[in-house]
Amino acid sequence: MSGLIAFPFISPNYYVYMLNYMAVNVIVAMGLNILIGYTGQISLGHAGFFAIGAYVTVLFIDKLHVPFFAALFVAALLAAAFGFVLGLPALRLEGPYLAIATLGFGMAIIQVIGRAAVFGGRNGLLVSKMSIGPYVLNTDKELYFMIIPMTVILVFAARNIVKTRVGRALVSIRDSDIAAETMGVNVTYYKTLAFAISAFYAGIAGGLYAFVIGFINPGSFTFILSILFLSMVVVGGLGSVLGAVMGGIFISFLNLKLESVQYIPGFGDMLVIISKKWMSVTGLPNISSIIFGLILILIVVIEPLGLYGFWIRTKKYWKTWPF
Amino acid sequence: MFLQLIISGLSIGSLYALIALAMVIIYKASEVPNFAQGEMAMISTFVAYALLITAKASFVVSFLGALLFAVLLGMFIEFVALRRAKDPNILNLIIITLGFEMVLYGLASWKWGAEQKHLPFPISDTDVIQFGTVVVSHLDIATMVVALIVMITLFLFFRYTKLGIAMKATQQNVIAARINGIRTNRITSFTWGLSSLIGAVAGILLSPVATLDPNLMMDPLLKGFAAAVLGGMTTLIGPVIGGYLLGVIENLFGAYVSLEFKSVVAFLIIVFVLWFKPSGLFGKHYVKKV
Repeated sequence: MSGLIAFPFISPNYYVYMLNYMAVNVIVAMGLNILIGYTGQISLGHAGFFAIGAYVTVLFIDKLHVPFFAALFVAALLAAAFGFVLGLPALRLEGPYLAIATLGFGMAIIQVIGRAAVFGGRNGLLVSKMSIGPYVLNTDKELYFMIIPMTVILVFAARNIVKTRVGRALVSIRDSDIAAETMGVNVTYYKTLAFAISAFYAGIAGGLYAFVIGFINPGSFTFILSILFLSMVVVGGLGSVLGAVMGGIFISFLNLKLESVQYIPGFGDMLVIISKKWMSVTGLPNISSIIFGLILILIVVIEPLGLYGFWIRTKKYWKTWPF
Repeated sequence: MFLQLIISGLSIGSLYALIALAMVIIYKASEVPNFAQGEMAMISTFVAYALLITAKASFVVSFLGALLFAVLLGMFIEFVALRRAKDPNILNLIIITLGFEMVLYGLASWKWGAEQKHLPFPISDTDVIQFGTVVVSHLDIATMVVALIVMITLFLFFRYTKLGIAMKATQQNVIAARINGIRTNRITSFTWGLSSLIGAVAGILLSPVATLDPNLMMDPLLKGFAAAVLGGMTTLIGPVIGGYLLGVIENLFGAYVSLEFKSVVAFLIIVFVLWFKPSGLFGKHYVKKV
């Protein structure tokens, strides 16, 4: 904890930015995990909620001059409302049908945003600095003290949600919705609630993301981003709070590092040589997509519980060590 | 005008139908919507391009080579990952196909870059035939004919050949099929190969009208998926009709309502259809046993 507080004072600015970015992703992963890991409903459209959060926050602040917290809250509520609406068809759909419905939602949101003038169209919007009352948060360091506490609060809130009555209801729906219904769990209520909570998290994360990056356009909320969110949850471990945190951190770290893969010592040089010989050098940044894909496949084949599963196994191994 | 729109809708619709068929075949065999289908077709099309341009092979050789590659790729994916999943529930399988989607996309963009290429095609899309007021390009006719041939062959294959019947048996009940002496693992692999082949046909037919880049199949895949969901994923005729329907509706919508939102209409239709018929238009409603 104290490490988290001291961190921005002792590290270079880039790492603070990186941590902000990770925290935002942790929030999304947390929400998505409630939906996928705990309730067993797949979503391939979370980039849509994320975009709603980002755009609505920015527009409310810039156009209507609403204070930051109010704007963020409104944006998250709006995302949650969309989540609720998307949750309605989910009551009757499962598996592939739900996947396509959520995917279609994500695409539709981007189409609408990309076409409407209010949202800046294809060019996107420039985000002004975040201001809380009279204070303006200029640097990544100041933003850090805004974002990290919110992340911690949201993670603990998620932990409380899943450890209590609501969480147990969600898990029972995941394991068998018919059994859950016979036991008296209101499936309609809890399924839509899971969608709404998950969208709420994505909305808040979207609002914060806009300030971390400083610029938003439809190109940053594509289907690929939805897959990236999904991979955070899967890689971290489905159905565990710690897993979502680990997955969010790990995948966003990889995502940042792989953007400039050719500058990684050793590995990068090797890739450049391979590219020159057989592939093309201009296409080299696409290597990140290959690595993400391989990670997803390997996780499912080797350890379906993800990083959390590894963590549990290592812990057990050391506990019972000589045996 | 109206008739013209319908014809060109049927032409693009037949491609959607092929992709939808490819997805449904896999869905019935492995119970997973194959998100990698589009990239499998895309990379097969690139193989055709490489054979044609880089290796200077003839059209026949390079297209057949690409189709062969597609079959092997499909079988490879099934063999390497799908079969080995530790806990093969639908979510994990979807994640595997998404993983392959990313890997194949990355490989193609690494190898061929993001710049757009053009695949020379033996049939022209500017030469036209006139039927009264309706003008149809040679390519449109070829597309429709090839798609029809593929579909009819497929139906005959599933009805009359041993392999086709074995595939159907495996799709219906793996354990019963195995008891009856069918090597179900191998059959599932073949099913993936077959599906990949159909997807590659769609990809090659699509490449002359679109530009050849790694995004070639992104949109058509979603439309094909939409067509499959629209028609119902439990039958084979459903996705075909879904594909044609989607192609025509989309075209009419683009002409009469809004060209800008043409690509969104597919998803509106799906949401609308699923609202009333959760298993698609022709799918049998599936009752879950507890």
